Amino acid sequence: MPELPAHNHAPFALSIAGVTKRFGPLVANDAISLDLRRGEILALLGENGAGKTTLMSVLFGHYLADEGAIFVADGEGSLAPLPPGSPKAALAAGIGMVHQHFTLADNLSVLDNITLGTESLWQFWKNDRTAMARLKELQRTSGLHVDLDARVGRLSVGERQRVEILKALYRGARILILDEPTAVLTPQESDALFATLKRLTATGLSVIFISHKLNEVLAVADRVAVLRGGRKVAEIDAKSANRALLAETMVGTAVQPSVRRAHEPGATIIELKDVRAPDPRGRQALESASFAIRAGEILGIAGVAGNGQSALAALVCGLVAPTEGSVSIQGETVSRFSPRDLMQSGIGRIPEDRHHDGVVGTMKLWENLALEDIRSSECQQAGLLRRGALKDRARAAIKTFDVRGGGPETEARLLSGGNMQKVILARVLDREPRVILANQPTRGLDVGAVSFVHQRLLDARAKGAAILLMSEDLDELLALSDRVGVMYRGTLSTIRPAGEMTVRRLGLLMAGQNADLGDAA
Amino acid sequence: MSELFDMLTAAAFWAAAIRIATPLIFGTLGELICERAGVLNLGIEGIFTAGAMSGWMTVYFGGDLWLGVLVAALVGAGFGLLHAILTVPLGLSQHVTGLGITLLATSASYFTYRIAFPNVSSPPRIEPFQPISIPGLSDIPFIGPALFQQTPLTYFAVLLVVMVAYVMARTPLGLAIRASGENPAAVDAQGLSVYGLRIGAVMAGSALMAIGGAFLTLSAFNAFFFEMIAGRGWICIALVVFASWMPGKALLGALLFGAFDALQVRLQQTVGGAIPYQIFLMLPYLLSILALVMMSRRAAYPNALMIPFIKGQRS
Repeated sequence: MPELPAHNHAPFALSIAGVTKRFGPLVANDAISLDLRRGEILALLGENGAGKTTLMSVLFGHYLADEGAIFVADGEGSLAPLPPGSPKAALAAGIGMVHQHFTLADNLSVLDNITLGTESLWQFWKNDRTAMARLKELQRTSGLHVDLDARVGRLSVGERQRVEILKALYRGARILILDEPTAVLTPQESDALFATLKRLTATGLSVIFISHKLNEVLAVADRVAVLRGGRKVAEIDAKSANRALLAETMVGTAVQPSVRRAHEPGATIIELKDVRAPDPRGRQALESASFAIRAGEILGIAGVAGNGQSALAALVCGLVAPTEGSVSIQGETVSRFSPRDLMQSGIGRIPEDRHHDGVVGTMKLWENLALEDIRSSECQQAGLLRRGALKDRARAAIKTFDVRGGGPETEARLLSGGNMQKVILARVLDREPRVILANQPTRGLDVGAVSFVHQRLLDARAKGAAILLMSEDLDELLALSDRVGVMYRGTLSTIRPAGEMTVRRLGLLMAGQNADLGDAA
Repeated sequence: MSELFDMLTAAAFWAAAIRIATPLIFGTLGELICERAGVLNLGIEGIFTAGAMSGWMTVYFGGDLWLGVLVAALVGAGFGLLHAILTVPLGLSQHVTGLGITLLATSASYFTYRIAFPNVSSPPRIEPFQPISIPGLSDIPFIGPALFQQTPLTYFAVLLVVMVAYVMARTPLGLAIRASGENPAAVDAQGLSVYGLRIGAVMAGSALMAIGGAFLTLSAFNAFFFEMIAGRGWICIALVVFASWMPGKALLGALLFGAFDALQVRLQQTVGGAIPYQIFLMLPYLLSILALVMMSRRAAYPNALMIPFIKGQRS
């Protein structure tokens, strides 16, 4: 079944032979075998929980495999077994890993982050000058430009990623593993990353690219290995693949596109006029935003993280008050900004960080589901929780929203990201709010969960909710929204109909450029 | 007012301030090393006590003064190892464990002392370290008597500030320790052992704290008695924050506290009749709190301070 493309006869850089990894009863990797050739970009495609990250963690020595072995080519190209369970051995064998959550220390300089652990600990001084010279040379050949003296905490996400790649190259990586590298990048930054990867592979570097985004897999990979439920289900030459084929292989069934019906929006539900506001940490982050959303309408907001979206989101759910301008909901100006007041005015929120702001991890599902209307008579009587009624309600919600992996008594932290998001959706949509703030509603979710969330949002739209959607997934933004705007340096751009927008144009606006110059490239 | 001026410009005043600051310098450096690696060590007060007791007892039973310092350091490192095992690989609460270490080390020291000296009314004495005048430098007017007629451990403390500052800033080891306190996952990803670094740092830091304690019994006083640490360990915790985790500033903070304390003693003598002496005892702590408020409002804590690192677990 696994058929290697005939045109690639480069020697192997890496060979994974029958790796099995179990966590208790769960088989995260089931006898996976995979080869990587020199100078090749291999995409590892699969939904969350398919076993991609586990496999790479085994490869990098974070986990010990229960069965199977890994062979890595040495400098001369002959394969030698890799000692298991040791990141140090993996590094020494020329494997570099860029984790999804960067492993950088914010308060240290770029140089310090890169040289950390590369010199003997018992040496009397750091050879910073030599390191600097080598890095400058590396930057010249790779095109990975970033200020080596800057504190990492000051860098943009794209720059941090470059630091991570530099870190791997500096240690002499011949195999580079990138775990969901584009999740945090703008389309332009992603393109730059792809160009860098192509350039690096031309010099003999091999790349494993983990992703669940079909477009970028098709754009960058030479070959695609698809994982599903811990098994490798297919190995496909990227040239002969297409979106539909990949999606079906990845999910296992044909994916139903969500249904979006055109309809005429109703009266204006929420309106912001020239608001300025700080973000929850107190920094002036939102400089100017004006918009109105009508009933049955979705307004999409794009933007690179850190351009004022979090302040806008905090304002709409009442965490901060505007310093200027006004917010009105159903014609009434909001005078008191607290989460409770805004919720009572009819706002429902799907927070950006579901672990941090969405659920209380160590509380049970029925408790989490009751959190937002704890004062209502449905939840309490004379100050006592109506536990039975709440558990029944939770049971119903778990059924309606197809939450898998637990019942009312399960602690929220034990759920997967997708199921946790379904709990949050259940809590919000149950109240049928007039306004829904959906901040990165599908971040980190797999295809099945994404289409579930999309369908629920579209259903709410059909029922007449006004939805403010913030997303870094521009395809999602354009597919769901009626109109879109872009946040850049705290200012919301002119809002345009989604039909007139493309991902390229949004990308330019997100980078602060004028997007009206056309759709070059 | 002129009396105060005379007091502050007397070399003896500054010599006293430096003497008082010495144990604080050891303790603050020790705590700083622990915290830079990401581990809060509230065992400090007890480790001070254990260092003071074990150093003193070594000398009392015939050991050399420097052997006493060494034994104190080893005892300190031992309690440090205990704290590190509980908080680093086992990931227990650093607050609770630290307080436990303080109670354990203090009680164990008192117990050992009582076993060795069941029936003494006044504490037995030893021959302590004598001041050493640095030839040439100690003859400089004012500066000489203030700075260069101290006991050896004081010179060692100042030297240690320079050494710790250098190691932290300029060596691969220092970088690795700082990185473990900022983001242990980064250290792990670079193939270094977070556990090794953190345990080593806590042991080294605790050894310094114990030497600070030994200074009290081997240099400042010549005996060991109960309650002699009198909160010096807690002052060091505050001084680390005051110093924003920088060894140089730690020296400054310790000297500042030493000066307040020396001033307090002198004020008691001059105007002590009118005002209850407890007011003066309180003064250095009050001023320390004020200095802390002014200096450390924007202090940048090590990002991973008090956050246990469990290998293989996603953060």
